[in-house]
Amino acid sequence: MSDPLSKPVLMSQSLSTKGYLLPEDLIQAPGVPSAQRRQQGPVAVFECVQEIPCNPCEQACEEGAVRVGERITTCPELVAEACTGCAKCVAACPGQAVFVVDESRGELAHVTMPYEFLPLPKKGQRVTALDRSGKVLGPAEIVRVRCSKTMDATATVTMAVPRDWAMLARFFRMDRDQQSSPSSSTSESEQ
Amino acid sequence: MKRRDLIVVGAGPAGLCAAIEAAGQGLDVLVFDENAKPGGQLFKQIHKFFGSKEHRARERGFRIGEQLLQEAADLGVEVVLGAPVIGLYQGLTVQVQIDARIERVRANGVILATGASENMIPFPGWTLPGVIGAGAAQTMANLHGIRPGNDLLMVGCGNVGVVVAYQMLQAGCRVRAMIDAGSNIGGYGVHAAKVARTGVPFHLGHTIVRAEGDARVESATIAQVDNRWQPVPGTEKQLDVDTVCLAVGLSPSIQLAAMAGCRMLHLPEMGGRVPIRRDDCSTSVRGLYVVGDAGGIEEASSAMIQGRLAGMACAMEQGFISPVAGENRLRTLRDSLDRLREGPFGERIRGAEHRIQAVLPPRLEETAPCPTH
Repeated sequence: MSDPLSKPVLMSQSLSTKGYLLPEDLIQAPGVPSAQRRQQGPVAVFECVQEIPCNPCEQACEEGAVRVGERITTCPELVAEACTGCAKCVAACPGQAVFVVDESRGELAHVTMPYEFLPLPKKGQRVTALDRSGKVLGPAEIVRVRCSKTMDATATVTMAVPRDWAMLARFFRMDRDQQSSPSSSTSESEQ
Repeated sequence: MKRRDLIVVGAGPAGLCAAIEAAGQGLDVLVFDENAKPGGQLFKQIHKFFGSKEHRARERGFRIGEQLLQEAADLGVEVVLGAPVIGLYQGLTVQVQIDARIERVRANGVILATGASENMIPFPGWTLPGVIGAGAAQTMANLHGIRPGNDLLMVGCGNVGVVVAYQMLQAGCRVRAMIDAGSNIGGYGVHAAKVARTGVPFHLGHTIVRAEGDARVESATIAQVDNRWQPVPGTEKQLDVDTVCLAVGLSPSIQLAAMAGCRMLHLPEMGGRVPIRRDDCSTSVRGLYVVGDAGGIEEASSAMIQGRLAGMACAMEQGFISPVAGENRLRTLRDSLDRLREGPFGERIRGAEHRIQAVLPPRLEETAPCPTH
């Protein structure tokens, strides 16, 4: 029931009608690293393709790997060679649109995502990986959970998935029996 | 009758920023708010703000609210709560109800920051318990820690719809579907994406046909709409929900501006009938300013800048700051507002601003109320 006079931005038909980007929508995006770069180690993926007034990602990056510029509605551009995959931008993004992908680990890829639900998953926990539409991809394992004061309750959770899912897996589901599974490790925290 | 330098009506983000900006220049500022707590919508806003650092991007709304209240207190701003303003005469005489008393206070400047009210859409079953506005859902979950329901249908996919749907997921609700009669999601794609990746389906070109249930909502029926926004027979789908949440737009609260005789303009892109304003938020009534959603629906970041513009303009008008220093500050604030309104999402507001500029007299000299209502 939106105002019929408002003109939404048609960057991606899927995003503007179903609420999620398709992998093909990201091919030309200025903030998405190449497959070659992803295979070299952790790197940020900016799934931010609409011109909204926002630039905390640029300020969060100490390496100068994110460019927005004077006009804050410009979509963030990734300078892939400068990105160290530190994930500071992941927690800083108010739109939760930044991920870190690491395809340098052989069969498994690591996908780091922002997470603002409780309870937080635990390291070692088995979860179900979901794609951008919430569709089930399959089982995955949580390998890292970080939440510090500067992140202000936006945890970053890293999930190990088969490498084919590195650019597909963007969320996960904790099933009840998975939540109650024994796990000795606790969340890492950094101050 | 008491007299103050400035009275601000409404202690939300726009009103508090107006009071802080003016009090910072030495004005004696009194703020009235009808609510029991100040802060307006900020304390429901648990998400991180957009914008740039100057717009307090990546800070959560409720933390910005806490800081504004502290700043206002430090500057000696007097905030009177539980005090609905029920009248505004000659633009600058404020009639307020405090407990059982009605008082009048005269001011040299008045800033209206009365916000907006939620739109509703009627449908069979819309009065059943379980049909709520998005604002109520936020109040329950984010202020009182109460989950509004277990299974929820969100009607409306503008920014309020997608932001509140995500907050309901955080509160532990299952969001069964997001619907909107329009053909596109009106809210930011990033907000929609964080809802979609939890598995919530979006149905564009759909409306709610009815809510079913005896004593409360037990299910809701949705249907596709045709190009005249009428339900298409045979496309009905019943959803098992106990809560229907409406996020179908906001209307500026313009009653006091109308009572004061402000010249108004009907601007659908601003949410309806709004007082025409100059770029410092002054209206056609001398000394009277309108800021935030009361002057046109936008969001909290621009409301805060508008509040500061009006606060500074009042300080200049009353001689608390030199014209040169004041003009510099106004320019900085206008630039900041322009940066927020860039890009395709700001197009609507920029268009409305142009239409207002076109009817605005070069200098607003009117003081007499014009009987347009």
